[in-house]
Amino acid sequence: MEFHILGQQLVNGLALGSIYGLIAVGYTMVYGIIGMINFAHGDVYMISAYITAICIAILSFFGISSAAFLIIITLIVTIVIVSLYGWSIERIAYKPLRNSPRLAPLISAIGVSLVLQNYVQVSQGAKTQAVPTILPGVFRFGTETDFFQITYIQVLLVVVSFASMALLTYIIQKTSLGRQCRAVQQDPKMAAILGINTDRIISTVFILGAAMAAIAGVLVTLNYGSFDFSVGFITGVKAFTAAVLGGIGSLPGAMLGGIILGMSESLFSGFVNTDYKDVFAFSLLVLVLIFRPSGLLGKPLVEKV
Amino acid sequence: MSDVASPTPPSPLLSVQGLTMRFGGILALNNVNFEVQKNSITALIGPNGAGKTTVFNCVTGFYKATEGQVILNDNGKTTNLRKVLGEKFQWSDYVNPPAFLERLYYKTFGGSHRVNQAGVARTFQNIRLFREMTVMENLLVAQHNHLDRNLIRGMLNTKHYRASEKRALETAYYWLEVVNLTEDANRLAGDLPYGNQRRLEIARAMCTEPKLVCLDEPAAGLNPRETVELSTLIRHLRDKHNVTVLLIEHDMGLVMGISEHIVVLDYGQVIAAGTPAEIEVNPKVLAAYLGTEEGDAS
Repeated sequence: MEFHILGQQLVNGLALGSIYGLIAVGYTMVYGIIGMINFAHGDVYMISAYITAICIAILSFFGISSAAFLIIITLIVTIVIVSLYGWSIERIAYKPLRNSPRLAPLISAIGVSLVLQNYVQVSQGAKTQAVPTILPGVFRFGTETDFFQITYIQVLLVVVSFASMALLTYIIQKTSLGRQCRAVQQDPKMAAILGINTDRIISTVFILGAAMAAIAGVLVTLNYGSFDFSVGFITGVKAFTAAVLGGIGSLPGAMLGGIILGMSESLFSGFVNTDYKDVFAFSLLVLVLIFRPSGLLGKPLVEKV
Repeated sequence: MSDVASPTPPSPLLSVQGLTMRFGGILALNNVNFEVQKNSITALIGPNGAGKTTVFNCVTGFYKATEGQVILNDNGKTTNLRKVLGEKFQWSDYVNPPAFLERLYYKTFGGSHRVNQAGVARTFQNIRLFREMTVMENLLVAQHNHLDRNLIRGMLNTKHYRASEKRALETAYYWLEVVNLTEDANRLAGDLPYGNQRRLEIARAMCTEPKLVCLDEPAAGLNPRETVELSTLIRHLRDKHNVTVLLIEHDMGLVMGISEHIVVLDYGQVIAAGTPAEIEVNPKVLAAYLGTEEGDAS
């Protein structure tokens, strides 16, 4: 067994997995709070890739070349703008449908997804966009011929993802806002009777989810460098798979599901076959759902009385 | 309004006027009128299906009443509990911009949470705790209107934020002591025994600092000893915390023992109102409960 390949694929898998985890968090939180799958979430991530590129271009135009400064400013700008997207999407497409049958917001979400893709395609062009490498440099392990490497961007990616997930977990578990989110998730009507503005909490959840997708978008764009207007679809499906794998509605489940999915995809493509990595990932999902229908960390579904 | 010093009769804290609630073709409440005096314990009784819980749902913002007004009048601050839920536009609004804007405001930002913020809290007949949160969290989440909710300050854990969290914890511990649940503070609310869940729900309602607390069958499922403790607790709420209590109860011993004013509902209408002594001998009430011929005739 080639240990350098194993090492390399583990590193790649961790990087990919933490990205899936970050996006999956958005799916799982929205599902937890209003019980719908936000199909537009992947496209929110796609938007953040474009904003990253625009932001880097503008900053470079003004002659800013310090990588740290560039990344921090890009991250902040992208989070703010993409959160605004998340908030507006909820207000425009989902809030008016709050009391309609469950299928209605789902269809609305697909609509939003199409709108975002086409609007980006029209305004930015259909060709694949690229950003320059901002933070070159790698750590190398192993001998001259058999080595594996971790790029600085990958380190940044994993560190930032885990930090944001930790922060999000802290917000949900420890702060007053988090308590309100959990209360609305368990019983929205009762939460309103206790004076919680449920609409505002739902908006906040969308903002938090979009911010996480924004972080993922910035990091992926810095890591892989290229993207186009349709990149949100496949990434969205993968992240949704991660959320279901971990147990939809469960925050640690989404993160765990992301890591498992990323790792298995990357190991499969390293040792077996690159073309069938998606097949493997989805087969894994099927297997898990056969034996644990509510996902790895999900609670068994109990009918509400 | 406050500078008017004319001696007015003690105004009721809650007045329900012409409350009507329709579910499709069913008339659940038909022109219900009653008042709840400030600092009183008022009971709402009636046979099963009389519409007691529907009245509660309309008063506490759980349902939007079809017609009628629910006015909360606390020390000159008057809130129309139906309006804050957000009403449909009416034709007159289009020629009256202030009314239009007000309705637009409540349509956009109103909702059940406004009723609680105005000072009404409630409990449910089938207990509705946040079962997957701890007892303590249930009490903390109810206090969020009095808490520092600034997310940034929360993430940075500033002094102001910590002080406000500390106050909330103290209030929560105080109420845990009142309802005798201090040892269970960190258990999941759903794991508590039934009687304790009932008391926790009352404590949670009290944590929102209400003026009026509505208890929907608080004694249901309690044993006699727990029922006695409950009546002591309800009196304590009124005497020590200046809240007004409105309760629905089937346990007549409890109702007659603690309430000062009783409103009797039957078939969605108020058939009698008065002191316990008056209600006990009221022929209409007896008819409604026992179903005499007189009851059939009326």
